[in-house]
Amino acid sequence: MWDYTDKVKDYFFNPKNTGVLEDANAVGEVGSISCGDALRLMLKVEPDSETIIDARFQTFGCGSAIASSSALTEIIKGKTLDEALKVSNQDIAEFLGGLPPEKMHCSVMGAEALHAAIANYRGEEWADDHEEGALICKCFGVDAALIEKVARENDLHSIEEITFYTKAGGGCESCHEKIEEILAKVHEGEPVAAAPARVPQSIPVSAVAKPMTLVQKIQKISAVIDEMRPQFQLDGGDIELVDVDGDTVTVAMSGSCMGCQMSGLTISGIQERLMLVLGRPVRVVPAQMAHAVGA
Amino acid sequence: MTTAYMDNNATTRVDPLVLETMLPYFSEQFGNPSSMHSFGGDTGKRLEWARVEVQKLLGAEHDSEVIFTSCGTESDATAILSALAAFPERREIITSVVEHPAVLTLCEHLERHEGYTVHYIPVDKEGRLQMDRYAEVLSDRVAVVSIMFANNETGTIFPVETLARMAKEKGVLFHTDAVQAVGKIPLNMRDSAIDMLSLSGHKLHAPKGVGALYLRRGTRFRPFLRGGHQERGRRAGTENTTGIIGLGKAAELALEHMAWENSGVRRLRDRLEAGILEQVPYSFVNGDLPNRLPNTASISFEYIEGEAILLLLSRVGIAASSGSACTSGSLEPSHVLRAMDIPYTAAHGTIRFSLSRESTDAEVDWVIAQTPPIIAQLRRLSPYWGVTGPIDAEKAFSPVYA
Repeated sequence: MWDYTDKVKDYFFNPKNTGVLEDANAVGEVGSISCGDALRLMLKVEPDSETIIDARFQTFGCGSAIASSSALTEIIKGKTLDEALKVSNQDIAEFLGGLPPEKMHCSVMGAEALHAAIANYRGEEWADDHEEGALICKCFGVDAALIEKVARENDLHSIEEITFYTKAGGGCESCHEKIEEILAKVHEGEPVAAAPARVPQSIPVSAVAKPMTLVQKIQKISAVIDEMRPQFQLDGGDIELVDVDGDTVTVAMSGSCMGCQMSGLTISGIQERLMLVLGRPVRVVPAQMAHAVGA
Repeated sequence: MTTAYMDNNATTRVDPLVLETMLPYFSEQFGNPSSMHSFGGDTGKRLEWARVEVQKLLGAEHDSEVIFTSCGTESDATAILSALAAFPERREIITSVVEHPAVLTLCEHLERHEGYTVHYIPVDKEGRLQMDRYAEVLSDRVAVVSIMFANNETGTIFPVETLARMAKEKGVLFHTDAVQAVGKIPLNMRDSAIDMLSLSGHKLHAPKGVGALYLRRGTRFRPFLRGGHQERGRRAGTENTTGIIGLGKAAELALEHMAWENSGVRRLRDRLEAGILEQVPYSFVNGDLPNRLPNTASISFEYIEGEAILLLLSRVGIAASSGSACTSGSLEPSHVLRAMDIPYTAAHGTIRFSLSRESTDAEVDWVIAQTPPIIAQLRRLSPYWGVTGPIDAEKAFSPVYA
């Protein structure tokens, strides 16, 4: 069974704003019955201020699809269209206290329906650039279509490269066989070099590391975090260094990293990288949420 | 709260008598059956007793034809890989499109990575095997046929005896995954043409983690696990003694209740189906209706999605399962329903209710009372549903992307 948050369950069992909105003047319809989820979003927009004064939905889909649709209507009511356009699928997931990675597409469908409805109101064409395939990396919610696309466009050949570009395979590593299969498909017919046996990277013994001053240490840590930041920013989040106390490194996470179910994995990723660079065991801990609120 | 466990094809409750039989072998008679001392002595005898009970349930000629394994999946893999190893010059496999992943995923792997040619026999809308296709591809190039006894999702029973005889005529080994059938359908392996048959303990009120492979005497065999002498060298590894003893007791009980499975359980299942269909429009039962397991009901509810149904059923204490993709995280609905060409409008909203000898009239009443309002509630939310019936999707609801 899915590990749904109480809020997801609440919005599924007692959905708000369901049914047909008779005097809707903006309607967005996305999904299809073959994909297993479809959503019709109906808005009533006050023309002068372009404010959404009412929103309702009808959804064919699973528990989290219904909860995401309902959450969306709650989020956008009272917003102007321009404000509503800033609502992302992460906002919907965050509103619900997070969604299982396999179910993130439910929030994507919500965001798409919103864009489609606003395009409908403005008399524009809405083009869907959304592709979906079998979910490969469950830790980071990356599907086959994305891995294949990125591998082709960037001529990637190794699992490490795939992880670097998409994060897929960077968590529990149980999807590595599937990633190898995708890579084999992408590079079919090309001559292959024998793959080196992959050995998990061990942490270098501290004995080899030269003693560092505190300033040197902070500079190194700071460099690692700067190097990893673009990855988080790509996902609409951010991370910064707060404090270094002995072997404890405190970081603040904000944006979509916050409350993300993956933040634990993110932290262990940083920790692993820091240990490699510093050559000694360190512990990375997230700062109190207070640092990040308001971001 | 009233509850109704209607997911016995997923797993069954361990029968209290089974548990009672197992308990002493955890802490009192805990010896290794291979040991020479008395701690192991009784355990070894009990294993042989369990083997005889499974032999009786299968109607097998010899008790040595029963090999204990860890689960149905291991039995399936052992049977198929053994046949391939025993006939290395044969490079073809026959299976069906509606197999359990234990067989299907293995066959796909062998096809993709080991260069085997796999023939997947299709089914019709009722889930019946296309026999002419089977006859077409059956030849002495085939190392093994592996076709399930009864389908786990619809309960449809396949004519495995006929299939096995046809294979025998061509000199081809026949394996059947009978995980859903054993304990529900009387078997007589003594007079059968089937060479290998897989079963799983937890589908018949034994615990999880124990299974068995029936291997007809004289069948060429290559072990899956090599090592110790256990199971006459055909499955090495210290025996799961408690599990095997539990399976022995469960087999004894299954044989006692066989008549009830095919009368009492069947009556309950039929009542459940009729009770729901009578109240819910746009719903139908899947499978080869006259020719199904007595305990399985696969019902499609059109225009709504299965996981949503399951969550609402679970809230009123009803446990069932769905053929929906959303419960597994993939986007495609069940391969079984798709193979039967059930339209997407219905495949996503298919629920399997599976009963057991423990099911009661009160449970069935509860399901009949609770299910129709849940279906109606979800249809009110569906963009494909109007006030009393489906809307013309083409006209009224046409999403931007498909």
